[in-house]
Amino acid sequence: MAQNITAIAGRGVPVRGNDIDTDRIIPARFLRCVTFDGLGEHAFEDDRLQLKEQGKTHAFDDARFQGAKILVAGANFGCGSSREHAPQAIMRWGVEAIIGVSFAEIFFGNNVALGVPCLTASAAEVEALQSAIEADPSLEMSIDVAAATVSYAGTTLQAAIPDGPQRMWTTGQWDATGQLLDGASEVKKVAASLPYISW
Amino acid sequence: MSERTLFDKVWDAHAVRQLPSGQTQLFIGLHLIHEVTSPQAFAMMREQNLPVVYPERTVATVDHIVPTEDQSRPYADGLAEEMMQAIERNTAETGVTLHNVGSGNQGVVHIVAPEQGLTQPGMTVACGDSHTATHGAFGAISFGIGTSQVRDVLATQTLSMTRLKVRKIEVNGELGSGVTAKDVILHILAKLGVKAGVGFAYEFAGSTIHDLSMEGRMTVCNMAIEGGARCGYINPDHTTFEYIKGRDHAPKADKWDQAVAWWQSIASDADAVYDDVVVYNAADIEPTVTWGITPGQGLGVSQNIPDVDAFEADDEPLVREAYAYMDLQPGQPIAGVPIDVAFIGSCTNGRIEDLRAAAAVCQAHGGTVPVSVKAFVVPGSERVKVVAEAEGLHEIFTKHGFEWREAGCSMCLAMNPDKLSGRQISASSSNRNFKGRQGSPTGRTLLMSPAMVAVAALEGKVTDVRTVTK
Repeated sequence: MAQNITAIAGRGVPVRGNDIDTDRIIPARFLRCVTFDGLGEHAFEDDRLQLKEQGKTHAFDDARFQGAKILVAGANFGCGSSREHAPQAIMRWGVEAIIGVSFAEIFFGNNVALGVPCLTASAAEVEALQSAIEADPSLEMSIDVAAATVSYAGTTLQAAIPDGPQRMWTTGQWDATGQLLDGASEVKKVAASLPYISW
Repeated sequence: MSERTLFDKVWDAHAVRQLPSGQTQLFIGLHLIHEVTSPQAFAMMREQNLPVVYPERTVATVDHIVPTEDQSRPYADGLAEEMMQAIERNTAETGVTLHNVGSGNQGVVHIVAPEQGLTQPGMTVACGDSHTATHGAFGAISFGIGTSQVRDVLATQTLSMTRLKVRKIEVNGELGSGVTAKDVILHILAKLGVKAGVGFAYEFAGSTIHDLSMEGRMTVCNMAIEGGARCGYINPDHTTFEYIKGRDHAPKADKWDQAVAWWQSIASDADAVYDDVVVYNAADIEPTVTWGITPGQGLGVSQNIPDVDAFEADDEPLVREAYAYMDLQPGQPIAGVPIDVAFIGSCTNGRIEDLRAAAAVCQAHGGTVPVSVKAFVVPGSERVKVVAEAEGLHEIFTKHGFEWREAGCSMCLAMNPDKLSGRQISASSSNRNFKGRQGSPTGRTLLMSPAMVAVAALEGKVTDVRTVTK
């Protein structure tokens, strides 16, 4: 059984923008690997380089956000490719939870399997949170996964987490393999009931 | 909640049990793997000392990193070679069939499985690739999954999943000349956007959809994921059955009638209930091209790039980012935008009908690709290549200035030597125009049909294919 994930406390790192796809999170050239080790340093690599060339700084390069544990993103975050390399890169950079307006489905599922809780809140609430972090990067936040709340600067934001994944994270069942293996005899029955198995 | 749709029936037939988390344990009838998202899954299996439980229900091929020019081993790219060796070792050790380069059966995973008759109606299909949605064209429920889930399927032949809602997307009427399946899906994406599908399976329906060939249907379902829908499907019909008949893994003669009866039974009922229904008219669809950095930023080829006011307020930053990244201005016609590279291929449009359509445009146009444009055609599989060459398509392409390559994913995602460089702009028959997608961090992509790519290559700029083929 994996560990129960009930609370995450730490500073935040804001990544603004909607529809940030997994090619931007981890460009395809970094998928030429047989392990996920070392992906953390390449998270958002091309976005970071391009901002640097424009004399700007991506949040993942910004000294003020180093060591942050909570990524605060926009809508449809993680859309596109199914590459688990994307959430792996974010996790290996140091992120332990993500708050967003919405998440692409495969990306969300990958984060369930990695034990990285993803919470959603309204665009206005997320924007307020991003602004608060930008105004004070030392801002300490705490997430209560079971209550789906984010507390910071004396306020508590009621976010949302779908029931199933919430239970998986809080009760240490996010690594689904064990549970799935427990159903082996029923799996055989279902396989036997499907006509195409014997065609 | 939806009822009596194909999605509901197939889901229920494959549901093993409800897990303590409340999610469903779902049996996966066909598991496809490739070299990029599987090595870590096999490593996890080894670490946890888990065997592959149903090796005969997993099929492997190699596509993402395979070079499309020099395929001699070891590959020049040592990392690519390491991944090839990993999948060769992993499949050999576990008894999983691998369709390797040179076997005659290798190709883009979503082209290989249908052409061998592996993908069939009523199945659940999973693959560590988001374009697994392609297989829904057969009336299968197919999901893209991550690597930890690839491990779960290898170890248990099941996944922990949350049931999806079902949105029916109906398209009715006859498509105009020069308008293809690719234009249909780009039009749908431009209307519905790239977020609307989250939490939904898309059922594509209506006379336009059912008039499409299986290859056209695959193009439509392939890009369901670009609309946010992890799963897209089309109810199986006579066209589906005729396509499957006689293929390597099709039900044998004595089981055929039983198979067809079951396939018909899993189609959505006439009185099925949907969570949402949207309807479009084929007559409103032009040859369609993307101008921005998401597949939803598309427009008819006769139109001008829309002003920011045409979008929801929430999308404004993304629209402005797209103008700047693409270096295109609102009000500018999309036709006439010069291109540097033309790519025909990918799981979206690398099948034989796609190549025939592009070759027909070459012949109708009569010209050759200008020296300023690099144009190349990548068949989706070794089988597609054999058929194309038997028909002489490769000679048509090379005569008109296109390079003719070996099968693979190529410049769709540029994990192999095929890449844009610098600010190059491509006309591409692939599926994603994300920033940096085609291998240059600042490269630009215009998505369109293979016929539209062919005419763009020949003219050196975005051009309405109807001016050539009418």
